Formats: sequence, structure tokens, C-alpha cells
Amino acid sequence: MTALLELDAVEARYGPVQALHGITLQVAEREVVAVLGANGAGKTTTLRAISGTVRRSGRLEFAGKPLRGGPEAVARAGIAHVPEGRGTFTELTVHENLRLGAYTRRERSVRADVDRVAQWFPWIHERAGQQAGTLSGGEQQMLAVARALMARPRLLLLDEPSLGLAPMIVREIFRIVRELNEHDGLTVLVVEQDARIALRTAARAYVLEVGRVALEGSSKELQENESVRRSYLGY
Amino acid sequence: MADFLQQVVAGLASGSIYAALALALVLIHRATGVINFAQGEMATLSTYVAWTLTANHGWGYWPAFAFTLAVSFLGGAAVHQAIIRPNEKGSVLRVVIVTIGLLIFVNGLVTLIWGGEVRAVESPFPAGTTVIAGVAITTADIGTIAVVLGTVAALWALLQYTKLGLAMRAAAVNPAEARLVGVRVTWMLSFGWGLAAVLGAVAGMLAAPTVFLDPNLMAALLIYAFAAAVLGGIDSPVGAVVGGLTLGVGLNLIGTYVDFVGADLRLPVALLVILVVLLVKPTGIFGKSEVRRV
Repeated sequence: MTALLELDAVEARYGPVQALHGITLQVAEREVVAVLGANGAGKTTTLRAISGTVRRSGRLEFAGKPLRGGPEAVARAGIAHVPEGRGTFTELTVHENLRLGAYTRRERSVRADVDRVAQWFPWIHERAGQQAGTLSGGEQQMLAVARALMARPRLLLLDEPSLGLAPMIVREIFRIVRELNEHDGLTVLVVEQDARIALRTAARAYVLEVGRVALEGSSKELQENESVRRSYLGY
Repeated sequence: MADFLQQVVAGLASGSIYAALALALVLIHRATGVINFAQGEMATLSTYVAWTLTANHGWGYWPAFAFTLAVSFLGGAAVHQAIIRPNEKGSVLRVVIVTIGLLIFVNGLVTLIWGGEVRAVESPFPAGTTVIAGVAITTADIGTIAVVLGTVAALWALLQYTKLGLAMRAAAVNPAEARLVGVRVTWMLSFGWGLAAVLGAVAGMLAAPTVFLDPNLMAALLIYAFAAAVLGGIDSPVGAVVGGLTLGVGLNLIGTYVDFVGADLRLPVALLVILVVLLVKPTGIFGKSEVRRV
């Protein structure tokens, strides 16, 4: 199994506070991998380290090449990051958000791409002219995913897609993620508090504790693991 | 009635100049979050460049106009890259103080190069009047309004319909998010500063024939532009244009029909507008009240 994304002893800090103490993880092509952990364990920071939104050190490789630079460069390398808390431009329209998603692409096929993305989110066509800030929370989260897909990424980073959303909408979003993976072969690294749904969607997962990988394994193994069950699944 | 309409059109002409400079202030406020106090002086510098080309180097007015816009664009972008950007990480106050310092510096630079004397600048528009529906309007007024509206329309089309314009708006409203989709935010902000400098240059070059050219050309104009921007809403480009035109017409009518407000009292009236708007409706006519997400 060759890894599409490989992190080796990656550290990151916010000013004087070290948030990651050496994260090592791999994501293979066409794989869905989850990152679990409590608040402050470094889940979000791991994604930020990958997309270059936080200063990081250690070895990061994407598609066999070292991953360098800030988010602008990482986006161009083919990684789309949907940040925590509905990453949309609330003051711009739905269509403008989608156009921005395709910003790094040179082809002029934005219209075809909107159609492609609208397969997953059919409501997008009718709402094209609407300001993103007026959408519901669930719709904004879906728009953020749709915008990320506009870039035709090789890897999608999803940060807490369930945050503040009703269970039904969370299930819908994870269903779409699963379908994108199965039909389009999209590779996904998802950070999630809701371990139950994350483990049902991902093939493998990493459990972080205070900036380190405490556990890793297939979703099945982790679901059966005593401490994971007690700490994250609640039974 | 004809006299009244003439005053309205004359007001629209001066108002369009306020609008151009106000729009420059709004662009930068949206992109960088500060008022650029040096906007007027940068425009003065641009106007001197155009004047030098026409008066000393025999350029035609419009080639000099176009060349000055290009130079102003590069100058505005360079100011952002070299002076504003290194200070952007600090507090807003720091950037504001830097722009005030820039105001003093550019003013001194202009005086050093061109001296302090007042110079007459020829109007690019033919003298005389055009009669439209019984109202005699000076050709200069029509020309001024047309040039400003043309510039604003071009800018609007750029921001609204191009990929570059979309990226600029994204960078202004949400820089962190914009970087995630691959927008090079600092370039976009520099581009915004360049466009603001272009608007300022348009205002300066159009104002110079009527108010004469000296190093303090834009001092009063900047106050009018502030008033226009505040009136329309400091974050609203549409507001800047509407505010500028409203202010121009309003001041002209007050100056003509209210006895004790002569030409001398126009500036205090503009300041009064700023004061009243900030007290009564701080967001201006088109501004949205700021909603902070917790």
C-alpha cells in the first residue's frame, strides 16, 4: 500500500504552545481515514499542519513529494481543506463560493463542475444566487464540502463536519462522503468528535491524545477496543 | 428651474469626484480594515505626474491620463507591499499611524519635487456648454461625470464578473478561508491598493482644472470623500458612489440657496455631515451593522 499522504513525526505550535508532539500517520489512495480524540487532542491542528495554516515541522509527503508552504501552495498540490465551523464565504453567493472552490484550476469547465457537484447536493442549483450566510447550518456545511469538491482534490480534509448539526444532517453528510469515496474514489481524512459515525464511515482511524497518536487501527478493531468504547463511544 | 437643474448637474460633477475618492477609501477599508489617510496625497502625487507629462514633456492629456493611471496602480500596490504589509500584523492603530506618516511623507515629497506654488491645469474638456432639455450644462461637468462613472463601471465589472475580482472580494471578506481555496491573499490586497490609487488619481486629475494644482490639492477633497464614504456606509462601494453624488449636489444647493453658507462654509457642512451620520446612523445609508460571530 503506497500512501497518498504521509506524516512522520510532525510537530506544530501556536506561539509558545506546542500542539502536536510528533504525529505519524498515513492515508492511502481511495481510503477514508478518521482522526478521533477529545477536545484539545490536536485533531484540528493535525489538519492545519497538513494544509499549512499552522507552522509545522517534521516530514510531510503528499503523492511522493514533500508538502511545503502555506495553504495557497497546499491547495495547488491537490488538497482541499474544509475547516471547522462551516468554511464558506457567508457574504458571497452559493455560486460564487463554488467558483472560488475551482480557483486553482485552469480549465474553463466551472459550469460542468457545478453540475457534477450538484449531483450530490441537488439544492445547489436553485440556491445559486443566494447569499451563503442565509443558508441553514447543514446547507452551509454541505456547501463547504461542495466547494472543496470543485477543486477536484486528490485528498479531502474534513474538520468536524458534524459540529452543531442535527443528527439527521450529520448522517446525510457522512452518507455523501461514503458515496464520494465509493463512486469517485475520493480520498478523505476526517476529524470527528462523533466517533460512532466516524468509525462507521472510515476504514481506519487514529486516536489522538495530547498531540500524539495514542492508538491506531482498522475501524473494526477500534470499535471493539475497550478504552475507545469507554472514552469515545460511550458504552 | 433651469438654474436649479444647472446647480444639480454642477453638484453631480463635483460629487462624482468625491465619489471616486470615497470609493478608494472604501476599497481599502474593506481590504485592509483601515482608513488610508494618505489616499488624498497619493492622488496629489499622481496628479503632479500627469501635469508634468502634459506641461513639461508635451504629452497629450489622455495619453498622460492613461499612463498616470498605470503608474498609480503600481505605486498603490507597491505602497501596500513595502509599507502597509509589514505593519499589518500589528494593531489597526499601527496601520492608521503608518498611513498618516505616509500622508506627511508624500506631501513633503511633492513639495520637494515640484515646489509649493499654485499651478493652473488645463481642462481636457472643451470650454462651453451643452444645452440639454433647456438646461445649459458645462461640457467639463458632463465630461467629469462621464469619466468617473466609466471608471466606476469598469471597476464594478472587474469585481463582479471576473475570477480576479471574485478572488479579491474573497480575500477581503475572509482572508483565512481565501487562502484555503488557493487565493494569494497578499497579492489580492496589493491589487486592491493599486485600484484605490487609480480611483484617487482619477479624482485628482479631474479636480485639478477647477481647484488648481498645489501640494494640498486633495486636503479638502479628502474631507469631502470621508463625508461621502461615511454617509454611504464605509464598507459599501455603492454607498460611496451614492454618498459622493448626494454630498456634491447637497453642498452645491446649500451653497447656492442658503444665504449664510457661501463657498467658505462648504467644508464645515461636510464635517457636520460626518458628525451627524456617525451619531444617528453610524453604518451609513448602505452599510450593514456589524455582526460579530462569537
